[in-house]
Amino acid sequence: MHMSDGLLNAGTSVLFGAVAVIGVAVAMAGSRRDLDDRTAPLAGLVAAFVFAAQMLNFPVLPGVSGHLLGGALAAILVGPWVGALCVTIVLVIQSLLFADGGLTALGANVTNMALIGTVVGYVVAVALRGLARRSRAGLVGVAFVAAFVNTVVASAGFVLEFAIGGDAGGVSFGGVAGTVLGVHCLIGIGEGVITALTVGAVASVRPDLVYLLRGNEKPLEIREGARHE
Amino acid sequence: MSAHALHRPGDTSAHLLAPQIKIVSTFLFVVCVVATPRTEFAAFGAYLVVLTGVWVIARIPPRWLAPRALIEVPFVALAVLLPFVGGGTRTDMLGVSVSVDGALAGWNIVAKGTLGVLASLTLAATTSPSEILLGLQRLRVPKLIITVATLMLRYVELIAAEARRMRLARIARGHDPRFLWQVGATARGIGTLFVRTYERGERVHLAMLSRGWTGAMPEPNPPRVSTVDWLAGLVPAGLAAAMLVGALWAG
Repeated sequence: MHMSDGLLNAGTSVLFGAVAVIGVAVAMAGSRRDLDDRTAPLAGLVAAFVFAAQMLNFPVLPGVSGHLLGGALAAILVGPWVGALCVTIVLVIQSLLFADGGLTALGANVTNMALIGTVVGYVVAVALRGLARRSRAGLVGVAFVAAFVNTVVASAGFVLEFAIGGDAGGVSFGGVAGTVLGVHCLIGIGEGVITALTVGAVASVRPDLVYLLRGNEKPLEIREGARHE
Repeated sequence: MSAHALHRPGDTSAHLLAPQIKIVSTFLFVVCVVATPRTEFAAFGAYLVVLTGVWVIARIPPRWLAPRALIEVPFVALAVLLPFVGGGTRTDMLGVSVSVDGALAGWNIVAKGTLGVLASLTLAATTSPSEILLGLQRLRVPKLIITVATLMLRYVELIAAEARRMRLARIARGHDPRFLWQVGATARGIGTLFVRTYERGERVHLAMLSRGWTGAMPEPNPPRVSTVDWLAGLVPAGLAAAMLVGALWAG
């Protein structure tokens, strides 16, 4: 999923670089509500978590493994703004420090994985929030759907960028789109299962940490009747 | 994966150059590579010569770079397929029918991807993670992003080590996942990791506040960077730009 240099031409790279800068600026403005300069350490640890979680490989088929993208996971756990910001920072650091993902493709990578992925995952999760609040099984199901849609739509972002500025050497657009989307449907199932079980595990220990469930706490109820007169 | 895995400490002029210059120079270099038309084979060779020059100055041996460049292999696999599935005119190469357009498209991805990875590796080898963040800070990247990235780098090894210990503990209890439906234990491990990470974040945050954290990392005595440094640091990018202009002019 981390695009390398040369997949997109220079013009398209610049275009999506601009899209990424605008998107990240919006995410920063939005995250001011959840985060200020002094709570940044918490976001740093969340980013470290996304980084570490991306290093865990999971088996998809014998011999084929995928790794977590983490967009929907971050959006459900810490909200879309901080989530997008954390995934962006992970991508920038991977590109500058680990040569993972090309420097000129950074804009497109941020657009796909940090912006589209997180926002789409969150929108799906919010649309199904009623279900998520009803029961643990509902929450797990919503997390699965959000992560699956996140992965497939993020890969559709790649297909779009490749169609605008890629050089497929005469391979038909439908062929590229079909292959990429097909593979990412498989990866999306893995992403969905991990995201769902992870969110379920967090919700059973610290439900207050699940951003999607905010506002779900029952107010403290003081009952009359057991009072000694 | 350690956060310092790619840094090769040294005291060459390439290491000592201010990080913001190196970041800008690397970025401009890669932009030139990507903007080069795919049939300008000589230009791609010339870019490699420029990079080789930087490696000589920075004393980075090619055998250090080669295994680390393998990170781009998934995309090379895509590029290798293109000559066979590509459309348009076909030609015979070693008795196999390949598409000319597909072969050029594959070459385009391999050549630019490889040069991009090598340029990024050169930056990472000569610049420590904290210097790269310092460079980004001096390039006016917003304070919030720098703070989050600094803390991420500071704690990522700790979190990754915790993840490794949890994995080792699972394996020691007979965990051996092969299929997707066996992913439950791993996922619950990730959930636990999140809770532990977040609670550590809360503690770190309180500890930093109690030590007077105001929201920005102070940078004591920022050194003055001279125009000469900028000019010297931008030489590789300038050479690349000159070659790009030359290639476009000739083509």
